[in-house]
Amino acid sequence: MSLVHRTWTEYEVEQFIGNLLRGGVLLAAAVVLLGGSLYLVRHGAALPLYGNFHSEPEELRRIPGILADASALRGRGIIQLGLLLLIATPVARVVCAMGTFALQRDWLYVSVTVLVLSVLMYSLLGGHP
Amino acid sequence: MNILTFTLLVWGGALVAGFLGALTGLGGGVVIVPLLALGFGIDIRYAIGASLVSVIATSSGAAAAYVKEGYTNIRIGMFLEIATTVGALVGAFLATKLPVAVIAVIFGLVLLYSAMLSGHPRHEHAETGPADPWATCLKLHGAYPTASGLQPYQVRAVPLGFSLMFGAGVLSGLLGIGSGAAKVLAMDQAMRIPFKVSTTTSNFMIGVTAAASAGVYLNRGYIDPGLAMPVMLGVLIGSMLGARVLVGARTQVLRLLFSSIIVIIGFEMIYKGITGSF
Repeated sequence: MSLVHRTWTEYEVEQFIGNLLRGGVLLAAAVVLLGGSLYLVRHGAALPLYGNFHSEPEELRRIPGILADASALRGRGIIQLGLLLLIATPVARVVCAMGTFALQRDWLYVSVTVLVLSVLMYSLLGGHP
Repeated sequence: MNILTFTLLVWGGALVAGFLGALTGLGGGVVIVPLLALGFGIDIRYAIGASLVSVIATSSGAAAAYVKEGYTNIRIGMFLEIATTVGALVGAFLATKLPVAVIAVIFGLVLLYSAMLSGHPRHEHAETGPADPWATCLKLHGAYPTASGLQPYQVRAVPLGFSLMFGAGVLSGLLGIGSGAAKVLAMDQAMRIPFKVSTTTSNFMIGVTAAASAGVYLNRGYIDPGLAMPVMLGVLIGSMLGARVLVGARTQVLRLLFSSIIVIIGFEMIYKGITGSF
């Protein structure tokens, strides 16, 4: 009886995660589309320059800069914000898994999840030049 | 060609790539980079950044559907994710150090390999030999739902699977692809995990792996919003359409066609890499 109960709870958690992922992707896509429309309206007639690599400007490479750019309603900044939301969906999935493991008092897997999260945070928050 | 025309063309190309990728199970990511680099003459670093973003979108989009089926083994996924995320970081750092020509050649080889893999039908392995004590200790064994109730399975060769996953992570971070083929291979062949579980668990890992290298790419200025926008939206819509059509579609011919295209692109990437055309 207890097994059936536990499976149902896990099932519900999975449903929640599924909806969270779908919601995250759709929200990200909507923000990217909004920023993209602004960008195309303002710069659609200019020439695309992607033949040579010149790194993106500083404000489009870091989270604070992207937030500032997006709140100034710049198209490219809003697109980057949407992409940040997109990158955040798998991270949110890992956080959810950590919560599930904690509820099950599975400390081994809480540690595994913390390890994965720290790698993700290291990459996103940029402890690198 | 102005930005508006360029954006629409890239969007259309990404849509077709996402559609074919979902329909054939090969993933849209593998053809996005060659499409942008060879087709549009875009620097391969921008192409990789944009492709990586689209990989996260398809993985999270598909996971929403997979999750409901209840096959994903979160413990296997999370444990192997240690290897894939660290690998992805290493790959992303390598991408900033290696010459573009070397990246192009590696990309070509990976394309040829994935085309070759798709030509071999996968076989479910018979259950033989004892389970790996590592797997028991890490609680990796699981069960998946079938028509006749829950089917338990055991996991083997954990150290080998873990090392292969590190390699898959490096490729993902270096080339901006999901490297789903390498992940499924490690889980099927080495760890002997049933298909339904390995496919869905691999999809779960692809998004997290790509997110690990996306941070580095973003900070290094490889993710251009004007390019990532049409690629992400195109691949996402294309793969959603592909997944819809997939039910009941006869994909054999399409799969063969798509594999042949991948082989041609693979040789072209290698050729252009060697002759220094990038």
